[in-house]
Amino acid sequence: MSLATTQSVAEIKARNKQLIDEVLKVYPEKTAKRRAKHLNVHEAGKSDCGVKSNLKSIPGVMTIRGCAYAGSKGVVWGPIKDMIHISHGPVGCGQYSWAARRNYYIGTTGIDTFVTMQFTSDFQEKDIVFGGDKKLAKIIDEIQELFPLNHGITIQSECPIGLIGDDIEAVSKVKSKEYDGKTIVPVRCEGFRGVSQSLGHHIANDAVRDWIFDKISPEAKPAFESTPYDVAIIGDYNIGGDAWSSRILLEEMGLRVIAQWSGDGSLAELEATPKAKLNVLHCYRSMNYISRHMEEKFGIPWCEYNFFGPSKIAESLRKIASFFDDKIKEGAERVIAKYQPLMDAVIAKYRPRLEGKTVMLFVGGLRPRHVIGAYEDLGMEVVGTGYEFGHNDDYQRTAQHYVKDGTLIYDDVTGYEFERFVEKIQPDLVGSGIKEKYVFQKMGVPFRQMHSWDYSGPYHGYDGFAIFARDMDMAINSPIWKKTKAPWKDAPRPSLMAAE
Amino acid sequence: MTQNAEHVLDHFELFRGPEYQQMLANKKALFENPQDPAEVERIREWAKTPEYREKNFAREALTVNPAKACQPLGAVFVAVGFEGTLPFVHGSQGCVAYYRSHLSRHFKEPSSCVSSSMTEDAAVFGGLNNMIDGLANTYNMYKPKMIAVSTTCMAEVIGDDLNAFIKTAKEKGSVPAEYDVPFAHTPAFVGSHVTGYDNALKGILEHFWDGKAGTAPKLERKENAKINFIGGFDGYTVGNIREIKRIFELMGIEYTILADNSDVFDTPTDGEFRMYDGGTTLEDAANAIHAKATISMQQYCTEKTLPFIENHGHEVAAFNHPVGVSATDEFLMTLSRITGKPIAKALEQERGRLVDAMADSSAHIHGKKFAIYGDPDLCYGLAAFLLELGAEPTHVLSTNGNKAWAEKMEALFASSPFGKNCHAYPGKDLWHMRSLLFTEPVDFLIGNTYGKYLERDTGTPLIRIGFPVFDRHHHHRYPVWGYQGGMNVLVKILDKIFDEIDKNTNVPAKTDYSFDIIR
Repeated sequence: MSLATTQSVAEIKARNKQLIDEVLKVYPEKTAKRRAKHLNVHEAGKSDCGVKSNLKSIPGVMTIRGCAYAGSKGVVWGPIKDMIHISHGPVGCGQYSWAARRNYYIGTTGIDTFVTMQFTSDFQEKDIVFGGDKKLAKIIDEIQELFPLNHGITIQSECPIGLIGDDIEAVSKVKSKEYDGKTIVPVRCEGFRGVSQSLGHHIANDAVRDWIFDKISPEAKPAFESTPYDVAIIGDYNIGGDAWSSRILLEEMGLRVIAQWSGDGSLAELEATPKAKLNVLHCYRSMNYISRHMEEKFGIPWCEYNFFGPSKIAESLRKIASFFDDKIKEGAERVIAKYQPLMDAVIAKYRPRLEGKTVMLFVGGLRPRHVIGAYEDLGMEVVGTGYEFGHNDDYQRTAQHYVKDGTLIYDDVTGYEFERFVEKIQPDLVGSGIKEKYVFQKMGVPFRQMHSWDYSGPYHGYDGFAIFARDMDMAINSPIWKKTKAPWKDAPRPSLMAAE
Repeated sequence: MTQNAEHVLDHFELFRGPEYQQMLANKKALFENPQDPAEVERIREWAKTPEYREKNFAREALTVNPAKACQPLGAVFVAVGFEGTLPFVHGSQGCVAYYRSHLSRHFKEPSSCVSSSMTEDAAVFGGLNNMIDGLANTYNMYKPKMIAVSTTCMAEVIGDDLNAFIKTAKEKGSVPAEYDVPFAHTPAFVGSHVTGYDNALKGILEHFWDGKAGTAPKLERKENAKINFIGGFDGYTVGNIREIKRIFELMGIEYTILADNSDVFDTPTDGEFRMYDGGTTLEDAANAIHAKATISMQQYCTEKTLPFIENHGHEVAAFNHPVGVSATDEFLMTLSRITGKPIAKALEQERGRLVDAMADSSAHIHGKKFAIYGDPDLCYGLAAFLLELGAEPTHVLSTNGNKAWAEKMEALFASSPFGKNCHAYPGKDLWHMRSLLFTEPVDFLIGNTYGKYLERDTGTPLIRIGFPVFDRHHHHRYPVWGYQGGMNVLVKILDKIFDEIDKNTNVPAKTDYSFDIIR
């Protein structure tokens, strides 16, 4: 039985505040002062969660964050399937991000599709000393020879590229000309830029703007005839097939999806997006930039949506439909009605096993808020949440639409803080990433990876919710959690906090 | 709608439903600007040809699907092998997120490591302040017994000097002056994770043996009877180190495992998270100088460490990831020679059992062709074992192997009639391997998880041995060293061979005349 269900909101708030004070005590004074700004307890009615965000992580603490390269190559560009993405620099970054995000796609890998491959310039010492531009030019030639069916190339800069002053833009231009205007995109996503992967998303979006949109000829023949119902999915990376279980709903309500960004995406889809009548944006954090740009430059409105859990899905389908005529509005109602029996069955099966269970989250992108609705559909309560790389507008959205009074908020949480919060609050489930997974499982706390869906999925859409519900049930109600303590030991669970 | 609550379909089955198949076909036809299917087929076939192989091997600049990682990963792997030690990587924080994920995905264990979180300002002004603040925070929060520092490519390009930085940080009070902060420069653009292992281990020994960066007198060697053992970068460290300890104990040898990370990558689930567990004690690390000899299980992981140790006065010996009978024999005889202790009776029996198992089963392996890829030492050890089984290790490829390694491999091939048509490929990647598998097919492929793409494309069955193995669980718990380790490798190979035979003979009334229950 979790503490949260036995206490009043006032008690919870007091406990959470005390908890924050306790974790801050361990830091040197300067660090404590800085970390204090990132930890708070949500007060109902406030416009944000009362924490600072998108600031530098503190040296020497175990931040969960990644870097700009991870944001660009790992998230935004990597899933574009018919382009070859060069990890430009030493071998490691490409190796560690190789196929790690499960961006599903259909295509003949190595021939016309390249997502689960690792292309790198494998920088050696001489490349650092003499610069890597010539090598890059040669790499592009070799790609053209060995992978002739690629539709384009991107150059994802690792740390040394910016530091040694390589001119990847010049190389891109020269090579693009040499290959009849081929799309070659230099991306300045060196890992040291910014404070997290978030800047990498922004840089990647800007590269789409500058090197794809700005190069589309206005006279170019459209690849397809437009319809009034053309939309583009923005900010869905098709992890475990998420974008597919989302796309099917949009199409069922009568819309036509002309592009997916960027899971299972292609260069042609990126190029076609300015023809959309509406951009529907799932991951606001990673792709609001390009959505805003398309609004300003091409006059395309955009709307956020949330496809986690039936309540939010229905709300989102109606919101998307509100941009269109009655045919689509009726379509939305038809879709909601069609899937209602499935949702009823899923909830009837799983809610009794999950009712009243508490969850603590710490994830990137949109998930620290978007999944809250899905948990609530199952009768569960999110008692703590925070963003790896959220900005103030993410916390505003969280405060205004998602979290309850008294929720513990932790921005860019350190490993130390997260462990102690979980230890004290004792949630029934933690949702975070691979680096956190085994820490909490060792502590006997059920866990689900909410970046990769623990290799399951999809979680988006109605079909995805069935999987989500099943997975949360299997995590929380796995018989193994009753066995973490040997039967001959009945001492209470050791608490690190108490030990110190 | 195919989804249902009673039998939830996940991605394996869900997208095979007709409505999804239709949707994906429409997407492709209308919006993806797909290549002409005939052209895709033509290029797919062309990529299997000797002509493509020639172009592929003529590559000079591009690397595709390399089988290596970068130095700092090896440094982190070493650091956690010391008691209460937290690795501290000086550079951009994203790198540390990657190392931790990579290790966690392989071992299914927590991986603790901190970063100095350098950003643009550090790129311009250097990372000294990050070091000063970082060490203080790490020391206060995680209370490690030691902080082992290594670098990323960023810190190396801007030329941060760890020795000076750590000294300054100590002067500023980040950590006490006598506190242990060994370090190693581990640029990602030199060598691989294996090089990082070497540099970091040498850095730690140098720290303890050569006067703790000027804060203590250098140690003077007083020989004792102990043997130091270094495992090298090894995805089987949990099973292997424990097996080696068992062997030492059977023989009554006193030993020190240097960088013993076998416990920290295998902590129990009992309600407590242990950030630190086991590991070589700092006292033992220092006292390792007095050992009689040091044995490295992987030559290419200790190319600098062993000469450093040798210079401090004791005998060193290196092996190449020994697997199987002869390699284990040689390892045990070396142990016995150095320590003067006889090889334990129990080990002799284990040897006999492995020989027995090989005699029982080698008919199924004899004459089979294998391709192997991985770290240079692992490739050597596996190839030697295959030769012992009468198999032909036809293509042996190591992205982080060099010319000297290739020569050593060729000498191994020349030593056996089964090595006649076998070749070593140093510095090549898995896209080269793909060409090799198409143009000179083999029966089986041995390598890490990434080999599954080669298995899919070329139809060569994959036996997963190496690092990382992400998509199969718990292999790292079983040793591949010693006679018992050889037994595990043998079984792994045989299981795959039998699975393939069964797959090829399971069509009722057609091929199942050989669907035997006794093999």
